[in-house]
Amino acid sequence: MSEHPRVGGEQRGQSRTVINVDRAIVAYDERPILRGVSLKVTAGEVVAVLGANGSGKSTLIRAVLGLVPLSRGSVELFGTPLRRFRQWARLGYVPQRLGAGGGVPATVAEVVGSGRLARRGFLRPPGAADRTAVASALRAVGLADRAGDPVATLSGGQQQRTLIARALAGQPELLILDEPTAGVDAASQEAFAGALRHFVADGGTVLLVAHELGPLAPLISRAVVVAQGEIVHNGAVPEPAGHHAGAGHDHVHPHGPEELPGLCIE
Amino acid sequence: MSLFQYEFMLRALVGALVIGLAAPALGIYLVQRRMSLIGDGVGHVALTGVGVGLLLNASPVLTAVIVAAVGAVVIELVRERGRTSGDLALALLFYGGIAGGVMLVGLSDNRSNANLMSYLFGALTTTAPRDLVVIVVIAAVVLVTMIGLRPVLFAISHDEEYARVSGVPVRALNLLLAATTAVTVTIAMRTVGLLLISALMVIPVATAQQFTRGFRSTMAAAMTLGLLAAAVGVWLAGTADTAPGATIVVVSIAGFLLIAAGGAGWRAARRRVVPVTTGISPVEAPESVLEPAAPLVGPGR
Repeated sequence: MSEHPRVGGEQRGQSRTVINVDRAIVAYDERPILRGVSLKVTAGEVVAVLGANGSGKSTLIRAVLGLVPLSRGSVELFGTPLRRFRQWARLGYVPQRLGAGGGVPATVAEVVGSGRLARRGFLRPPGAADRTAVASALRAVGLADRAGDPVATLSGGQQQRTLIARALAGQPELLILDEPTAGVDAASQEAFAGALRHFVADGGTVLLVAHELGPLAPLISRAVVVAQGEIVHNGAVPEPAGHHAGAGHDHVHPHGPEELPGLCIE
Repeated sequence: MSLFQYEFMLRALVGALVIGLAAPALGIYLVQRRMSLIGDGVGHVALTGVGVGLLLNASPVLTAVIVAAVGAVVIELVRERGRTSGDLALALLFYGGIAGGVMLVGLSDNRSNANLMSYLFGALTTTAPRDLVVIVVIAAVVLVTMIGLRPVLFAISHDEEYARVSGVPVRALNLLLAATTAVTVTIAMRTVGLLLISALMVIPVATAQQFTRGFRSTMAAAMTLGLLAAAVGVWLAGTADTAPGATIVVVSIAGFLLIAAGGAGWRAARRRVVPVTTGISPVEAPESVLEPAAPLVGPGR
């Protein structure tokens, strides 16, 4: 993996750990969702967090973002404990779906423009650099011709592409995506994968949660499987069940952590 | 327009116009975060502030701003918690606010029904020059804040979690919106009244979003519609000798219905000309699900 051009010299000498989750425990109303999860992501990696619904995989990335409080354990971003982390421009977040809002229309360009806030600072009005970044992010996801359209008129897949464009507009080093391709049409999945490929080729780091990988599969460098709030697999990419039958690969069936190389449980 | 040769009518017009402009500029954020009725709730609470002011012989506007701001902040904190009991907490606050206000006004020396009515439904034509200065200055501050902070207020109203992850001080801005709501309600108290101000925050936005495509254009259109409703409303009230506040709101609603009917007619006409096939959404790829029992290791990458 090539050096990230935006990381710069200050990072080069130090540890290049971008995300460090250490024995994180998250509980809602006493019910544990994450039971002591540890996960390290280094610069340039593309890590997929896989798992069934309710396994805790979304909670894991929400904990990384500081959107859910930890009961125990710690999260560090770019070597800084989350509580003291202020360099939000270095990360881009792509949520599962666009909120409907209260029905007030917003154009695609307006939504993507929100992605500039972390970089610009929220008190400064948008300038030429912001407009350029929004336009190029829209080109990257193939929505340049829809910039002036209300997001509500877009298909689910196009809305999802709008959200990745919003994250890309901030020119982050790390992208965190929550189920970016769930229920998205094939054309959008391809456009999405293309945008992500460019981001990774430029040295970006990616942590994504997925139910299925689809066209993203070739991009993934490591997969983490979460089940019942614990990491049960950390290593090579498993095959999605849908593509399994025709693939004809020699399969290994790891059912427990003891069979897997390179685990970081406990 | 000879109506406006009287100075009090001119003052009424100016007062109504600035509220007509400022209320939708704030209201668009409230509508976007599905809190259209918050202005109404804050208005209820503000009445207790009026009662306190009259009882203490202090300026009712000042005490109303303070009490309404406290109420708005409490409402925002309840919203932030997102608990189901929040609904009931708001009901307690709203009705407590209006009942407390009516009681306190009754205890004061100025306990005429007309006085109470003037706060509940506005008393535009009795606006004193000094009141007008206060209204114009505060409305200008509200306008500058709402327009100047549009990108960030749009972000927190559109997707609060994303804004949080962008490092935006979401909580401070939410409280700012709450406080601005309280201030706007209070300065509009003399114009359209505490019970009707929410209409001017919400209805122009609802009307505008029927024909606009973006947030910025919706904001501009809503402010224009608010201004128009205020102008037409004051003129109509002066001509027909009706209550200005209520007339402004009725004009706003008429505008909403007009645009809604016009839009429906236009769409129907277009459908007749160009038959549109409806109900076809882009084909979604069938979801292939990763089963936990499936083989976990494929071709190593």
